[in-house]
Amino acid sequence: MAALLEISGVSKHFGGFTALADVSLAIAEGERFGLIGPNGSGKTTLINCVSGSLRNESGSIIFNGEEVSRLPAYMRTRRGIARSFQIPRPFYSMSVLENLLVPTAYVAHLKDADAEAQALDILRRIGLAEKARAPANRLSQVELRKLELARAMAARPKLLISDETMAGLSGAEVDEMLGILFKLNEAGITIIMIEHIMQAVMRFSQRVVCLDAGRIICEGTPAAVVQNADVQKAYLGA
Amino acid sequence: MKYWASIAALFVLALTVALAPTNDYFFYAAFVVLQFVVLATAWNILGGYAGYVNFGAGAFFAIGAYTATVLFKWLGAPLAVQIAAGAAVSGLLGFGTGLLTLRLRGIFFAIATVAVTFVLETLMINWRYVGGATGLQLVRPAVMPPFESYTRMLFVVMAILALVSVCVARYVQDSWIGRGLRAIRDSEEAAECSGVPTLKLKLFACTVSGALMGAAGAPMPMYLAFIEPASSFSLNYSVSALAMPMIGGTAHWAGPVIGALLLASIQQIVTVTISSEINVLIIGVLLVLFVVAAPDGVLGLFRRWLRSSK
Amino acid sequence: MIFSFDLLTEALLFGVLLGCFYAAVSIGLSVSFGLLDVPNVAHPALMVLGSYCTFLLAERGLDPILAGVALMPVFFVLGVLIYRFYYESFEKRGTEAGVRGLAFFFGVAFIVEIGLILFFGVDQRSVAAAYIGSSWSLGDYRIPYRMLVAFGVALVLTFGLTVYLSKTFTGRAIKAVAQDEPALRLMGANPVRIKQWAFGIATAVSALAGAMLIIVSPVEPAMDRLYIGRTFCVVVLAGLGSMTGTLAAGLILGIAESIVLMFLGASWAPAVAFGLLLIVLGVRPQGLFGR
Repeated sequence: MAALLEISGVSKHFGGFTALADVSLAIAEGERFGLIGPNGSGKTTLINCVSGSLRNESGSIIFNGEEVSRLPAYMRTRRGIARSFQIPRPFYSMSVLENLLVPTAYVAHLKDADAEAQALDILRRIGLAEKARAPANRLSQVELRKLELARAMAARPKLLISDETMAGLSGAEVDEMLGILFKLNEAGITIIMIEHIMQAVMRFSQRVVCLDAGRIICEGTPAAVVQNADVQKAYLGA
Repeated sequence: MKYWASIAALFVLALTVALAPTNDYFFYAAFVVLQFVVLATAWNILGGYAGYVNFGAGAFFAIGAYTATVLFKWLGAPLAVQIAAGAAVSGLLGFGTGLLTLRLRGIFFAIATVAVTFVLETLMINWRYVGGATGLQLVRPAVMPPFESYTRMLFVVMAILALVSVCVARYVQDSWIGRGLRAIRDSEEAAECSGVPTLKLKLFACTVSGALMGAAGAPMPMYLAFIEPASSFSLNYSVSALAMPMIGGTAHWAGPVIGALLLASIQQIVTVTISSEINVLIIGVLLVLFVVAAPDGVLGLFRRWLRSSK
Repeated sequence: MIFSFDLLTEALLFGVLLGCFYAAVSIGLSVSFGLLDVPNVAHPALMVLGSYCTFLLAERGLDPILAGVALMPVFFVLGVLIYRFYYESFEKRGTEAGVRGLAFFFGVAFIVEIGLILFFGVDQRSVAAAYIGSSWSLGDYRIPYRMLVAFGVALVLTFGLTVYLSKTFTGRAIKAVAQDEPALRLMGANPVRIKQWAFGIATAVSALAGAMLIIVSPVEPAMDRLYIGRTFCVVVLAGLGSMTGTLAAGLILGIAESIVLMFLGASWAPAVAFGLLLIVLGVRPQGLFGR
């Protein structure tokens, strides 16, 4: 399997604070990849660097054979990197459907009827179809999370990064979300999942990486990583 | 279809009124009101649709006026050329200001527009070719038939500009550009990650907005037969360009039109009957009131009333 | 316009004094905008309001500096009220509030300016005191006493505020709220109360700055627009949230303006602050010591 995403030696500082220090990893096409680590370990910073919301100061990010670390975020999205946000950021003044019409217009370049059809199809697959005309500012938490995923899906990604999509959801809701992600992966989309809910990470990921204080401290199968002493120390403290 | 029919009808109406034996004062007042329609509509393209506040509409307006003055004095250029040039220069100014600051947070763009106003006003005050601080008197060319007076012709010109700016605003609003701008306003980061080229769209909106403001300012020197920095860069233009859309409603192109018609008419009445300071104070107070209590403006209140009366 | 080292030195000297004055005038904005992220474009207008209140008190015989100090508690309350209103109407409601919050403060600035015009007229007002009008002879140079007074007050103000923010409990809480509000909440402190307090302090400082303003030169209602340029220039050049940076940035602006004033004349000096601001925004928007 070819590497879809290759991160080499990526570093990021905020003033005197080191958020990422020389991070390197490779993700194969079609892989289900889990990224874990305690709060403040740099997980969101890393995916911000991958998606383009932040610029890494050193190192390279190669996506699908192309160096993308100097590209603005919207260009990376057009090349196939999509992400959801930890705290949902819907377009509040628009309806659920209209939210999806933004990526269908700007990434998939669809218009009018085609765009709507595509968007409605995605909403059906994710379980939001009855809320298509509802304003985005009237959704429940779990519906907002679904909208985040739906919007990322509308960008026709090769790589989908799900940033703590399941935080605060009930057991049944977590199962529902996992189901959606599994189906997306079966359709060929590579998925990076950032989660604190260990059972979700364990069930979903083929490979897991644990970050702590901006560095990778462990990499391997979910079972191996979770049992690793360093990982347990990072989560529970010294 | 109904829309274009209305536009054509309004144009015909403007022409008819201009050719009829209407009171001359009407044209003086109507010119000013229409000018604000253009300014407010232009402001809203960047401010309402994209959410980037321009505090310096006065600068773009004045540069349009000064460009027209320079072309008139130097080349004797006709009005149409003056307006086109005013739009071009102010559009460029919008592009430049945007390039400098639209990469940063909204407040920096806003402050930069204040800075641009000040710097440009200082430049005009020190430029003797356009009259410096004391200003320049201009001699209007002879009026073309069928118009009786130059002011009547200017009224029709401004009416055309108002209709053009509304058409531009409507096109931007309903197109995929408008959707992108709204996404930027709602959540710029999410918009970027949804494939929206945020900087390019913002620059586009800023340039178009600036150009229309310049077009609004270009006929001013001919209207007054005079130009000077103090009144051209007047704070009233900057505040009104902001207050009128915010009061009328920023989500739709009709909002700035309503706001401009309402407020500019109030201004005309109040200035004549009370004083120009009170007039400007009223705008400020109304702005604060609406921004706090009725964020969707008059349009929003109207929509809510429609929904509740069903 | 003869370029001589004597003139340059005089310009530099004046520039340093002016610069410290600008730093003191901007420090309130450093707190409200730099630390708290409140788009307070009304800050200079409130300062000018402070100048006029000083004028009223000075007319009744009170020394301008004492008047400024006396006004501080009043302006503190005013600041708290304004922030509270801003918070309830905008900050609480989230990101959409950005445009409206900005428009709100713009409206407030505007209302204050017009209110002052209606109440006092457009003419300039000034105050009289023992130290206004005479100068201190330092070798070949004459330094106006009022500039020294402003310089002194400015240093005390800047130093005092910096110490307050780093040594006292509330001061550090203010800095904390700027860096990590959720963490502060988790520690049991109320961020809204802290921000309110900070905004009150920033406004109170503006009152004293206003007193200094009218000591240094006559004031008129439209001055707030000029000072939007100067204060934002200093705060942005300093880097948002840096108190010591404010002093450095103030000095840079003061010296730049003084030199332009000396060699190009008074009609160009007002544009210096805005021009410098545009340059900083274009070249290094995080300023000298940015967070």
